[in-house]
Amino acid sequence: MNELFDLSLINWSRGQFALTAMFHWIFVPLTLGITFIVAIMESIYLKTGNPEWKKVTKFWMKIFGINFAIGVATGIILEFEFGTNWSHYSWFVGDIFGAPLAIEGIMAFFMESTFIAVMFFGWNKVSPKFHLASTWLTAIGANLSALWILVANAWMQNPVGMRFNPESARNEMVNFWEVLFSNTAINKFLHTISSAYILAAIFVVGVSAWYLIKGREVSFAKKSMIVASIFGIIFSLNTVLTGDESAREVARTQPMKFAAMEALYDGTANAPLVVIGGLTKSDDYDTHKRQDFLFKIEVPNLLSTMAFLDPNAFVPGIKDLIHGNPEQGIISTDEKIQRGKVAIAELSAYKSAKEAGDQVKSDSILAKFNDPIWLKDYFKYFGYGYYDNPHDLIPSVPISFYSFHLMVGLGFHFLALLIVIFWLTWKGRIQNNKWVLYTALFTIPLAYIASQAGWIVAEMGRQPWVIQDLMPTLTAVSQIDASSVQITFWLFAITFSALLIAELKIMFTQIKKGPEGGH
Amino acid sequence: MFESLSLLALQQYWWIIVSLLGAILVFLMFVQGGQTLLYTLGKTEAERTLLVNALGRKWEFTFTTLVTFGGAFFASFPLFYSTSFGGAYWVWMAILFAFVIQAVSYEYRSKPNNLLGAKTYEVFLFLNGALGTILIGTAVATFFTGSAFSVNEMNFSKWEGPAGGLEAALNLHNVSLGLAVFFLARVLAILYFINHVDHDDILKRSRKQLIYNAILFVAFFLIFLIWLLFRDGFAVNPETKEVFMEPYKYLHNLLDMPVVLVLLLAGVLSVLWGIFTSIISDSIKGIWFSGAGTVVVVLMLFLMAGFNHTAFYPSTFNLQDSLTIENASSSKFTLTAMSYVSLMVPFVLAYIWYAWKSINNKKISLSEMESDEHVY
Ligand code: HDD
Ligand code: HEM
Ligand code: HEM
Repeated sequence: MNELFDLSLINWSRGQFALTAMFHWIFVPLTLGITFIVAIMESIYLKTGNPEWKKVTKFWMKIFGINFAIGVATGIILEFEFGTNWSHYSWFVGDIFGAPLAIEGIMAFFMESTFIAVMFFGWNKVSPKFHLASTWLTAIGANLSALWILVANAWMQNPVGMRFNPESARNEMVNFWEVLFSNTAINKFLHTISSAYILAAIFVVGVSAWYLIKGREVSFAKKSMIVASIFGIIFSLNTVLTGDESAREVARTQPMKFAAMEALYDGTANAPLVVIGGLTKSDDYDTHKRQDFLFKIEVPNLLSTMAFLDPNAFVPGIKDLIHGNPEQGIISTDEKIQRGKVAIAELSAYKSAKEAGDQVKSDSILAKFNDPIWLKDYFKYFGYGYYDNPHDLIPSVPISFYSFHLMVGLGFHFLALLIVIFWLTWKGRIQNNKWVLYTALFTIPLAYIASQAGWIVAEMGRQPWVIQDLMPTLTAVSQIDASSVQITFWLFAITFSALLIAELKIMFTQIKKGPEGGH
Repeated sequence: MFESLSLLALQQYWWIIVSLLGAILVFLMFVQGGQTLLYTLGKTEAERTLLVNALGRKWEFTFTTLVTFGGAFFASFPLFYSTSFGGAYWVWMAILFAFVIQAVSYEYRSKPNNLLGAKTYEVFLFLNGALGTILIGTAVATFFTGSAFSVNEMNFSKWEGPAGGLEAALNLHNVSLGLAVFFLARVLAILYFINHVDHDDILKRSRKQLIYNAILFVAFFLIFLIWLLFRDGFAVNPETKEVFMEPYKYLHNLLDMPVVLVLLLAGVLSVLWGIFTSIISDSIKGIWFSGAGTVVVVLMLFLMAGFNHTAFYPSTFNLQDSLTIENASSSKFTLTAMSYVSLMVPFVLAYIWYAWKSINNKKISLSEMESDEHVY
């Protein structure tokens, strides 16, 4: 079946989406977090009346403005790319997926864009209280936009609250609340926003550290550090908790992704957790993409405990998921493919019967699509029917493994660093610790890396699915020439890179000028 | 309350909402129109900065309306979203590029060390203003003239034209709407400047430019409208749902829906009245008449495209693949859920109004550009 699809088109479309999403994600986490940090600073200003706090607030607000503009520029592309590059997908799930996007526009983007104007232009025009409220509303608006898009993304990882309608050949929503409040959606939202708050905290702390290294703006930098480090510590803890919860959710709903994240080939009870490890291709690489550990440090039983809250629990590996494991009640991928093909065939039979006006036959097929048991035994594997080779269903193991471990490792580094910074600043000793200051400065890029790594785990780990078990990536793509996508890919790459360089130059210049500098 | 509505009623309700968003978008594209006039109206750097800042407090709003228009179309008529965006690839990509370069230009134009230099960002603004309006107008015209695409029994669509939608620009009828929107955006921008900018020279130039742009707008709009009323349209047989060509279809739509006819005429008159009073008197209220008129006229054009058994996104490749508000919509459940969300719109409009009023109570002037406020 794969031969029917233009692989080069699919790969360029994936590349283009990944490129634009990753660019968008460079700017978004800073927006999500720094708006709250600024709001807290302005609240302190209002409470204390100390003009220094106003200076602190206005400086970070300016930095936010520079970052915000390019976040908007990259966001619009993403929204329309669902239509331009994934049009089959847009139809197949539009009934469910479109709603969060529309709500995002109505609820979140308008809120953000209205109050941002008051925040930037209203200092001398509205009352201080109204201005403060606008700053908070800007932050809330930004974070609401994260909510809706993440609900949509969570639904793709774990499709719930819907029913397939053979008439229109698409999934239709039957329960809005199930879509909104699925565990996957809740964890994804909380984990993503708290990770963004860490990034913003690290950014503020790092830039302040630079001032202290230079011996400039000492009081300004310390004030910024106190606010940012407390904010960062709280949300680091939250990131660890929600990340752990997300992992459990992945183990339950996307076992293949989970196995790839851990590079687990042979499932086992009492599975150990690999804390640090290196992979190398094994002899079996060509068929099973199998990689072996060159070295590893592991904690016994911890993986089973993490995944199922039970040290004795069985954690399926890639091999179990492909070849099946009857003892554990896991059916093989071959079997899923067969069942998927049955479901696809029934759908075509339904279409032909409709065409031929054969009411009896079409009604009897329709009954299956309404029968919960048939849906569970067959339709559930619909997407598998597009594949022939079970090994096509394994995501890239090294990418999943390394990005996951990098993210988690860095998470603990951030937590430790923020605690140290908070302690030293509180004790008034931060200027004397050059070593800590340099670490803070060089941690800024690491926060960006951790954040991107998180999305790589989530998105690459679910390949080859756009919608887990229902829609393979290769059927989602628009029927256009690969060469068109290739051209736009390079146009985006060049345009965004130029804009990014411009942004960085402007940002560095503003930082060098410091809080006293003009606009 | 929405549960009791029929599927068809919900589809009509959503067509009205999407149309309203489109109509508000066309009005707000005065920002784009203004961007094409920076050098015509501003002769010095300071004057251009003043104009950029007058527009800069509104651009984000136009942008957000475009995004919401896209999102609402996706949620309510997903088959349109997948067919048009996935097919007319190059048209939409060109539009998107035009908006990408706009989004950074305001913030970066006057910042030191901005890599490309203020001039480049001003060129970006001009490109966005010209391409954005002309291409969106041209694309909307295909609602009446059709495009070459097919939709299979799985509702997967495919573009059959070679140029990814750019072929729409070869149809003069489409182009007449594109140019009408372009000059309308410039007219509205001039009216906005007259209302909002406190600078004598700019005002003088504005009133002069208003005459030229208004003449061109009226000319292109009349070409589009008269051509529309006399051309064959894409009608749907209410019983069999078969699509067929009907002579004078859009004229018939107006006659069959007298409310639309009356409002369309009233809207056109209101646009003209706003222009006319601004030319012959010192009135600064023109923007309100022309702006409101624009919203009404565009809304009525959308209703002519989608209501009264008309295919709103016709396929010239195979008439039967044309999209109607009935066959392109979301399920009843989704439309109902979204209808509840739509109840928030008045609330959103209310806070926007309140926030704007509180920061816009004064005209924008050169002295404000020298304050320590956020200046673009
Ligand atoms: C609501 C949906 C959604 C959201 C919030 C995100 N993505 Fe995504 N992503 C998709 C929906 C999606 C998609 C449309 O479903 C893609 C395109 C092809 C595919 O398989 O999934 C995809 C692919 C995709 C890929 C390529 C995977 C591959 O093809 O191997 C990467 C690296 C990312 N995304 C990265 C990101 C980043 C950095 C995001 C954070 C901003 C992000 N995604 C948010
Ligand atoms: C593929 C999915 C995504 C799409 C389609 C998308 C779409 C958009 C659009 C259209 C804008 C511009 C809105 C405006 O007019 O102001 C935007 C901005 C924004 N988006 Fe996204 N977005 C996506 C992913 C995300 C994610 C995952 C998050 C957060 C978790 C996010 C958070 C934001 C925020 C905070 C902004 C404000 C601008 C900024 O500072 O960057 N977006 N997005
Ligand atoms: C420290 C412990 C952490 C754990 C246990 C953890 C766990 C996880 C897991 C399992 C996922 C995949 C969820 C999915 O596929 O649906 C994920 C995704 C993600 N992680 Fe982490 N993470 C941690 C720390 C961090 C840190 C420090 C950051 C960034 C600063 C971060 C940013 C992200 C992002 C942006 C995603 C993608 C969004 C999502 O799927 O929720 N994480 N994380």
